[in-house]
Amino acid sequence: MHRFANPAQFNRLADVILPWAIGAMVLLFGAGLYYAFWASPPDYQQGESVRVMYIHVPAAWLAMFTYMVTAAASFTALVWRHPLALLAGKAAAPAGAVFTALALLTGMLWGKPMWGTFWVWDGRLTSVLVLFFLYLGYMALWQAIDDEEKAGRAASILALVGVVNIPIIKFSVDWWSTLHQPASVIRLDGPTIDGSMLTPLLLMAGAYQAYFVVVFLWRMKLEINRRKLSVARQAMMHAPVGAE
Amino acid sequence: MAEFFDMGGYALYVWTAYGVSAAALVWLAVSTRKQLKESAEAVESARARRKGRV
Repeated sequence: MHRFANPAQFNRLADVILPWAIGAMVLLFGAGLYYAFWASPPDYQQGESVRVMYIHVPAAWLAMFTYMVTAAASFTALVWRHPLALLAGKAAAPAGAVFTALALLTGMLWGKPMWGTFWVWDGRLTSVLVLFFLYLGYMALWQAIDDEEKAGRAASILALVGVVNIPIIKFSVDWWSTLHQPASVIRLDGPTIDGSMLTPLLLMAGAYQAYFVVVFLWRMKLEINRRKLSVARQAMMHAPVGAE
Repeated sequence: MAEFFDMGGYALYVWTAYGVSAAALVWLAVSTRKQLKESAEAVESARARRKGRV
């Protein structure tokens, strides 16, 4: 693990992974969209609106997955002072915020025709909204504190505290009465969703996952560059007068 | 074809959901690429400046 603490080594690894991740992303989006629109039937209750599910559910899954990446990175950064781990959390968060916003928006656009309302303040919708604010708070802390060391520490602590929200999101549909349907894919007794709808759902989930890998690696490289620049700036400031 | 775009009467909801999702994902990827490119150029020019001074 500590081998990848070296930014140069990380950049090399990222450059090996990136073309494959981009290829997988393009293929999975192509196949996923084909199944989502052409090779899957309308739902017997939801009709054609079920097609929103093929982007709603992957966005929601990735929103939670990305949060766990941010939290795990924050934990590693706080406990082992791993410099790249700190940047990993910072690199993942914007994608997580976008996934969460998309889960909320697509859910609302499906809820209006199916439930008759864009929004209810139930456990599931509220806890996902909290997740969105956790991402915004995490990113805001990075922005608000000038000292990067302190900023990273504060943001990491927030990310770790926010982890309690993840099981709340997952189990909210079992704990509280809600309009939101219960899990139909990740269940102890196996998926209850029909295979013809599981295929586009899993392909699109794979596409979102590959998209995350691509954007995450790009942002890691970006954060490494930013760190290099701030180190260079500091070296400049401490350079002897007349060195310019 | 018109039937396809009509989405069984849910056209507004289905196409808005897909449109917003596509726009957001493309925006994040493109702005990330742009920032990455700019940061790489800044690192390069900082390195060149340092070399030029020594």
